[in-house]
Amino acid sequence: MRVISLSVVLYLFWLALSGYFKPFLLIAGLLSTVAVVLVARRMRLLDSEGHPAHLLPAASTYWPWLLWEIIKAGWSVTKAVLRPTLAISPTLTRVVASQRTPAGIVTYANSITLTPGTITTGVKDTVLTVHAFERGGAIDLEEGGMDARVTRFERGA
Amino acid sequence: MSLIVDLASWALILAGSFFIMAGAIGMLRLPDVYTRMHSASVIDTMGAGFLFAGLMLQAGFSQVTLKLLFILLLFFFTGPVITHALAQAAMIAKIKPELDEDRRDRPLDANGAAAGEGRQS
Repeated sequence: MRVISLSVVLYLFWLALSGYFKPFLLIAGLLSTVAVVLVARRMRLLDSEGHPAHLLPAASTYWPWLLWEIIKAGWSVTKAVLRPTLAISPTLTRVVASQRTPAGIVTYANSITLTPGTITTGVKDTVLTVHAFERGGAIDLEEGGMDARVTRFERGA
Repeated sequence: MSLIVDLASWALILAGSFFIMAGAIGMLRLPDVYTRMHSASVIDTMGAGFLFAGLMLQAGFSQVTLKLLFILLLFFFTGPVITHALAQAAMIAKIKPELDEDRRDRPLDANGAAAGEGRQS
């Protein structure tokens, strides 16, 4: 199942990037796809972590949500940076990741880092150390809204 | 119609440029490594995001737009990894962050929703 889905994705990727539809290039793409899928299978990369196709429906709602969070946070950092008197309140804190899989925890940690104003500086088991630009950003994370959203994404909803 | 697309595209490109400028100003103004990284992350999310959105509108519905989208996705997937690596390296090198408050010692279970109960099992 994953073999088929990865092959389709890779071949579409080839077509989209090449943009040529000559027989030679179509066949070369097909051969490359088959080679890559065989190697990936032999390296046992074709699991739910290496090719998380089952998360695609959940990602279609998670990414827009994350994008909006990034825009909100980015705007507040921009305002703080451009304010004539620099009134920032850097804070270090710890938060617990409630995701079950390593990939879920990485998604949470990277979502935190991707959002301007908060950076994950360390991960130990399920506890993340976070540096926040403003105290409010740290408090927001401690309340666990983003954590719950990522856990929902990890479950595929 | 093309005028509207052009206007929207220029608005996005200017917004992207504004955020890149703001991020650069922040990197000069802020006091230490960690706070400067926050400013830099405004550049590679907001700056690059708006700029690329504007460029995609310029390119229209074409292969170029698709390639721009792939580059933007690459940014969004690799950016946090690099930022995290840099921040962790700074922490390991024992560079002290200038802190307003250190909440690392806060009790983790007393915080309701944030503390995942039964995670240890």
